[in-house]
Amino acid sequence: MMRIKRVTLFAGHYGSGKTNIAVNYAEYLKNEGYDVVIADLDIVNPYFRTKDSIERLEENGIELISPEYANTNVDLPALPSEIYGVVQNRSKHAVLDIGGDDRGAYALGRFAPYILEENDYEMIYVANFSRPLTRTAEDAIEVMREIELAGGIKFTAIVNNTNLGQETTIETVLNSSHEAQRLSELSGLPLLFTSVEKGVAKRLKMTDVFELTLQNKYYDII
Amino acid sequence: MSEKVLMKGNEAIAEAAIRAGCRHYFGYPITPQTELAAYMAKRMPKIGGTFLQAESEISAINMVYGVAGAGYRVMTSSSSPGVSLKQEGISYIAGADLPALIINVQRGGPGLGGIQPSQSDYFQATKGGGHGDYHLIVLAPASVQEMADLTAHAFDLADKYRMPTMILADGTMGQMMEPVSLPEETTSKVEKPWAVTGTNCEREHNIINSLYLVPEQLEKKNFERFEKYAKVEENEVMYEEYMMDDAEYCIVAFGIAARVSKNAITAARAKGIKVGMIRPITLWPFPKEAIAKAADKVKAFISVELSMGQMIEDIKLAEECRKPVVLCNRTGGMIPDPEQILKTIDTLIGGNN
Repeated sequence: MMRIKRVTLFAGHYGSGKTNIAVNYAEYLKNEGYDVVIADLDIVNPYFRTKDSIERLEENGIELISPEYANTNVDLPALPSEIYGVVQNRSKHAVLDIGGDDRGAYALGRFAPYILEENDYEMIYVANFSRPLTRTAEDAIEVMREIELAGGIKFTAIVNNTNLGQETTIETVLNSSHEAQRLSELSGLPLLFTSVEKGVAKRLKMTDVFELTLQNKYYDII
Repeated sequence: MSEKVLMKGNEAIAEAAIRAGCRHYFGYPITPQTELAAYMAKRMPKIGGTFLQAESEISAINMVYGVAGAGYRVMTSSSSPGVSLKQEGISYIAGADLPALIINVQRGGPGLGGIQPSQSDYFQATKGGGHGDYHLIVLAPASVQEMADLTAHAFDLADKYRMPTMILADGTMGQMMEPVSLPEETTSKVEKPWAVTGTNCEREHNIINSLYLVPEQLEKKNFERFEKYAKVEENEVMYEEYMMDDAEYCIVAFGIAARVSKNAITAARAKGIKVGMIRPITLWPFPKEAIAKAADKVKAFISVELSMGQMIEDIKLAEECRKPVVLCNRTGGMIPDPEQILKTIDTLIGGNN
């Protein structure tokens, strides 16, 4: 199910779960023995960032590159220059967490030429069919094309991350697989895996499941 | 109720507004409410509605004024500094007795403050904000589901009483994602014989106006409006009581502060301390009676807020200062955690537990 490349990019509709998958995927690569760096390229989302997982990433020996103003009171869409290092210096395996929608993907544009030149990347579309503006494969394709135009890199694969947050059940996941298959057929891209929160995943009898340990912001709120 | 979808609070407000029949949105982007405008920008053109990014918050609220006068369901949204800019227009809308919905997804203040969550626009929302004698009905959601439900309710209340209503959320409510059952599309149409829709030379023309040249007339209008407000206070109070049956201490909190407080109540009760909560859902009208009734049996109130304690005086007025009210707060974009609330309770009871 995995096709490990030097650079793995996660993009999609905002709120589709890119950050959670990116963090877990970085940990997966680390466990496979790679030297890993994760970079947060999100310039649009004010809260709930890759940086929320900083302790967990540090514990696992994964380097995190994140905008200087992430999780502060400053609303400045600036990216750190270290990101050039990630795409130009090819010593580590890189996971790039791209901001949501086309608005978020514009930031990718300036790094796209380096990634395309190296040509050792997987550009993954994260789909959540429980999100109101991407309920169908057709809606998802529309967002996909907008992101490709803004970010300058075409998608090479899909993952199905359909979930309802804390109310996700195995049915939520199973019911979405038909739409995920349709998206795969319509786009001509392979469905790499279905990502599922680990508690739900344990009860799910399905192939190609990628288990997620979710970010906990603050604490669980009732 | 429809099948659940996963939404951000900001999106839930936008979709609920559309389903409530709102086809006119005017706004200006500001963190942390921008997804609301972005959602409207995507959806409105597909359903024959208007999304317009105005050149400023001031022009957006005055566009709301115009469309409200024409009798259509209309809304604008912003965050704290942007809502300050809208205050003149809100006062005019209130002065012209027009229904409209204003959303405030609050961030830190004063001034430009910061983009992290806050509840420090409580005074502005509940005590006026703009000039003159007027009120807004102010609704404070504490979940993404309530962001949707209260939006639909706010439009109904606005039409029922011909007055502007406000959703007072905070940045966390706007940004957090939760599953939502969206309300059904509204089919009922509210008759608005006062709207300026063209007379066809068949009736007297309607006038939308907040200017009164004769002082007696302005005074009469103000008295009438406050009779209406008295009805709102009588009929439209909303609150949630949580574990109040045997409570000896009463937390008063709304929005994200109420969510955190529930965690603290669970922890306190595990230690044998009987804590409950009154969660105002309408901040104006404030649930005075519920607070007064609680004062008969609890030892003290704890106001948990993301502000310097702006709600405290409403609590004290409601319970007529019979029991002490202490503050547990964070500001500047910070959120109190359950431990801080527990510590406040411990201090209150003298650290004996």
